[in-house]
Amino acid sequence: MTTVLFQRARVIDPRNGVDGVRDVLVTDGRVAQVSQGPLPAPKDARVVDATDKWLVPGFIDLHVHLREPGEEGKETVLTGCRAAVAGGFTGVVAMPNTKVVNDSALVTELVLSRARDADLCHVYPAGAITKGLKGEELSEAGELIGAGCVALTDDGRPVMNAGLMRRVLQYATQFDVPVMVHEEDLTLSAGGAMHEGATSTRLGLRGIPSSAEVAMVARDLVLLEETKGRLHVAHVSCEGSVRLIREAKKRGLRVTCEVAPHHFTLDDRAVGDYDTHAKMAPPLRSDVDVKALREALVDGTVDAIATDHAPHGVSDKLVEFEKGINGIVGLETALGLTLALVHEGVLTPRRAVELLSDGPARVFGLPGGHLAPGAPADITLLSPSEEWTVDAHRFYSRSRNTPFHGRTLKGRVTQTWVGGRCVFEDGQLKESR
Amino acid sequence: MRHLLGIAGWRRDELEALLDRAQAHLPGGPDASHVLRGRVVANLFFEDSTRTRSSFEVAARKLGADVLNWSYAGSSVSKGETLLDTARNIEAMGPAVIVIRHRSSGAPGLVARHVKCAVVNAGDGAHEHPSQALLDAFTLRQRWGRLDGRTVLIVGDVLHSRVARSNLLCLKALGARVVLCGPPTLLPPGLEEMGGEVTHQLDAVLPQADAVMCLRLQTERMSEAFLPSQREYSRLFGITPARAERMRPEALVLHPGPINRGVELSPVVADGPRSVILEQVANGVAVRRAVLEACAS
Repeated sequence: MTTVLFQRARVIDPRNGVDGVRDVLVTDGRVAQVSQGPLPAPKDARVVDATDKWLVPGFIDLHVHLREPGEEGKETVLTGCRAAVAGGFTGVVAMPNTKVVNDSALVTELVLSRARDADLCHVYPAGAITKGLKGEELSEAGELIGAGCVALTDDGRPVMNAGLMRRVLQYATQFDVPVMVHEEDLTLSAGGAMHEGATSTRLGLRGIPSSAEVAMVARDLVLLEETKGRLHVAHVSCEGSVRLIREAKKRGLRVTCEVAPHHFTLDDRAVGDYDTHAKMAPPLRSDVDVKALREALVDGTVDAIATDHAPHGVSDKLVEFEKGINGIVGLETALGLTLALVHEGVLTPRRAVELLSDGPARVFGLPGGHLAPGAPADITLLSPSEEWTVDAHRFYSRSRNTPFHGRTLKGRVTQTWVGGRCVFEDGQLKESR
Repeated sequence: MRHLLGIAGWRRDELEALLDRAQAHLPGGPDASHVLRGRVVANLFFEDSTRTRSSFEVAARKLGADVLNWSYAGSSVSKGETLLDTARNIEAMGPAVIVIRHRSSGAPGLVARHVKCAVVNAGDGAHEHPSQALLDAFTLRQRWGRLDGRTVLIVGDVLHSRVARSNLLCLKALGARVVLCGPPTLLPPGLEEMGGEVTHQLDAVLPQADAVMCLRLQTERMSEAFLPSQREYSRLFGITPARAERMRPEALVLHPGPINRGVELSPVVADGPRSVILEQVANGVAVRRAVLEACAS
């Protein structure tokens, strides 16, 4: 294990209240020392000049679709991990809606084994709430968590049955893992292809009203209060949802939530002329919702920025808008889109880093997320003002479905370190094999 | 070559020029059988529509074109072929114009971005039906000369209507005031941003209208709970003889067809002196000749 000395970095470590120029020493895969004064370089240490760079806790993405097993043409655990580290992520939570669904230890172990083979970043599987995501019978949560799952979710689908949702919130309290929910009342969203508003009217597309999400958030908060469980609301997209979550937090409920970069960056007008790259679930909402999400990122209502990285093939998107499959890839654009909020003066650097690292680590109780001595040396080094143009064809992800192709972003990852090992540097992967 | 994907994007003078051109294609006009001689017009209909397809076919033949009629039933699409593959295969047969009807909004635009020939939208989902709007405007212009200062009332299921959207854009562009009327469940948000005025009170606005355009009511809207029943719809929004009595004496009635007689329009009104429904159909051929001519040139 190498010893590394990062010199003169701007270290931003929200959990430990650090924001200033520091030297950071890493030994044996862990942070050894964070010093205001210059540290002497130990013999054989790799010395990294981090002048003008930010050195921050490695990002953790609570919401990633790695597509393996079943849809390896779109992504695999390996290609997803490559995209993750290229985007500055040192840990990702893998959603269970693969084909085969992760509703058994067998699938969890398969994903973990692929992640060990990839040997790039931490992969934390999430297990399905219900068998086959059918919303009928509970999966064996104890087995899933025992095998390594860090949360339970039927992501991609809501749990429409309120009785069942109540039970899973109750049942999961014995393991103290969050129940992560995709909030969508299917009777309200039925047939909808995008947000209901002036754009859907102009395009003649069936709209999905905000109430499809907000009504389910309201329902689950009521159930949460009764069950004293832990609820994590995935990809919150609208004003009504953040308002309810903000109030629930004030009342002390154990609710957390995440927002995806595309939802705080784009509104429904991005669908433009039936651009399926702007088709996702939940849909891009109104400008009022975007503003509300930004406020919620600032005031602490939102705990984490999560990408909902959803790779799809070209043929899934090169079709009629209504037929287009939902989702965009997000791992490699998340930092640039988040830093756009910093450059616009919406978020402080510290808050932006918190939303990408400490916040998600706390929500799911994951290691990392901070840089105190003894913490795992999961580190992202970035150039906050470096401009680059998104070229989807150069993504490490196996898929290219993004509405941000061609957009110039400011802020780029220079190095990603996982457990004290450099896995990505200057645009190149550093794979162990 | 230019596509006709919708009324959106066309300027007033361009629309006027197209309508002027249609004038020359009315029966008795100069012989135009050489205009598309030796060229192919492909009709790609992914949705049933005898009326629109026949109208385009007659228009194309009168311009001397060979017509390739392709329909969804039993086609390669029902075997799983994608829209773009179908379109590219048709394109390989060398048409000058592809005319597309599709149940998905935006489908003709998708095809237009991937083929080299001109594409005419013959109705896509609830998006646009530009040739219908042009023939409606043509019919009104024939009666009135100009549309400036006139009020056109569009009544019915605006939510699912491509005819309503194209007409709203077209009539506004030509200077008319457009009022949209129907039950709240069938009037989508944002119509004002497209230039329309919205109301649910038919009897209050009916006396203001110079023309009333009825939209066809699909029976499945009842099962989807947009409406309690056809009976109630007819009572609140149907153009009955009693309502026709309260219209301006010279006010016209239009319908894109096919009519649900006795639902959105009573037979007496549909066949009465206010009705220009058959003129719409006749004008449709002239307007589509002008559209094909413009797109193929």
